[in-house]
Amino acid sequence: MLRYLFRRLALTIPVLLGVATLVFALIHLIPGDPAQAMLGETAAEQDVQALRERLGLDRPLLEQYGRFLQGAVRGDLGVSLRTSEPVSQAILTRLPATLELAAAAMLVAIGVAIPLGIVAAVGRGTAVDHIATTLSLTGISIPNFWLGPLLAIVFAVELGWLPVSGRGTLAHLVLPAISLGAALAAILARMTRASLLEELREPYVQAARARGASRTRAVLRHAFRNSLIPVVTLIGLQFGAVLTGAVITETIFAWPGIGRLLIQSIGFRDYPLVQGCILFIAVTYVGMNLLTDLMYGVLDPRIRYE
Amino acid sequence: MSRVGAAIVLAAVLAALAGPLLAPFDPASQELALRLEGPNGVHWFGLDELGRDIFARVLAGARISLLVGLVVVGVSASVGTALGSIAGYFGGRIDEAISRAIDILLAFPGLLLAIALVAVLGPSLTNVVLALSLIGWVGYARLVRGQVLRTRELEFVQAARALGATTPRILLRHVIPTTLPAVTVQATLGMGGAILAEAALSFLGLGVQPPTPSWGTMLNYGRGHLLDAPHLTIFPGLAIAILVLGFNFLGDGLRDALDPATRGRKD
Repeated sequence: MLRYLFRRLALTIPVLLGVATLVFALIHLIPGDPAQAMLGETAAEQDVQALRERLGLDRPLLEQYGRFLQGAVRGDLGVSLRTSEPVSQAILTRLPATLELAAAAMLVAIGVAIPLGIVAAVGRGTAVDHIATTLSLTGISIPNFWLGPLLAIVFAVELGWLPVSGRGTLAHLVLPAISLGAALAAILARMTRASLLEELREPYVQAARARGASRTRAVLRHAFRNSLIPVVTLIGLQFGAVLTGAVITETIFAWPGIGRLLIQSIGFRDYPLVQGCILFIAVTYVGMNLLTDLMYGVLDPRIRYE
Repeated sequence: MSRVGAAIVLAAVLAALAGPLLAPFDPASQELALRLEGPNGVHWFGLDELGRDIFARVLAGARISLLVGLVVVGVSASVGTALGSIAGYFGGRIDEAISRAIDILLAFPGLLLAIALVAVLGPSLTNVVLALSLIGWVGYARLVRGQVLRTRELEFVQAARALGATTPRILLRHVIPTTLPAVTVQATLGMGGAILAEAALSFLGLGVQPPTPSWGTMLNYGRGHLLDAPHLTIFPGLAIAILVLGFNFLGDGLRDALDPATRGRKD
């Protein structure tokens, strides 16, 4: 297992370096002079020059790259142009809100998807299965930037049951979590169904039935547990989709997380903050994928020896 | 379900092509006195904040969505197939370089890199297509690379090589055609993904800019009128969901039809 761990870690380092390089390159993809673009066309030349010096844009490219990498490793991602707040501090302040939303969305998704997937697999080919499959495909097709406002119209505007935006109480979390978790629920339900169907064909399930185990016991105690391996992996791999979805959901529901910070900083052309948010989300995603791979190695020992 | 999907996609293509004939109003013409009016017998989907007919704008938006989908999927599938087949066929350092590029781009979750690229390049339809194509080829390249790794060892490829066929000929005539069924399925599902991504970027204000009618931009403006004019949100969103559902149904059906492992199986 230790060898597998080191091999996986070694594979992650070049990916992280590539991610950091791409994020560094972002600021240089800005058409024309990045400092001018940040301050606007009407900015005075001395202000533009001052910003160029402050961001180190007047230095050779390699030196800028070296400084960026050193800073990223130390957690120093520069300061916000608009608020002068350190970028890493701005991100960390908003991290709990994003984690809270992501965790709630995943709970919603798992709570809906697993029972739906089981019911569809057990009743394969029946009306229940068709309904569950249609629900899953519909869930994948409905964009969260439409589902969110629809939920707000019904449950906040028409019925007045839940607050339409903001963060604070559990009630504030309900609509954003459902909006963000719906697509994940649809994907997970499809995977649960497919994985459980594969397991139900295995001889050990038939053997359990032959030994007198009830159909429910054969499904829940035997097949379901083994079918969870790919489902757990998918949950880990879908974390990235949840983080990206959070950018949109946080914008819709004025949820004060990293996603909303990213969109606001794009609006203010606060590029150090944009770079910081993108780098943070991408590195978190890489870390989550690494954890998922390691967990898969624990759950299924064959993976470690491949 | 694939027939339902095909019918939806066909209807959307026809609506996009015949939009100006079907819509009784110009998508850009304004009736400010009637702004935010709800659906009625004259304006079936109601009017927006500038008094423009939402039905006409939804039809015009279909053209934008399908155009973005087609260009993004076309570019992504072509580039991805070319790079994936080169990586898989030649192996070695070329494969290493392409595979590392794939790994790095896959390290960015979904739309995030597209958001970042459009944020620095500036919001426009061209930049949306560019950003989505830059990240879109990766999925095709990975898929094709895997298939080519298997195909290059098969007898008919070795026979072509033994008969003296050149590498480009082997790739174009023998190897790449075997990957086309999988690429077709991915492209069909990718159309839905590209349409969703364009709408998401436009919704965030990073995509198609007004006054060009885009479903995402329409939803973005609808956000400000959830209380007084929910029809601004309902119809463009419904259009996105139905069209994406159509492509997903069609892609699922194609996968089942083209995959020998699932053909004829009910799950």
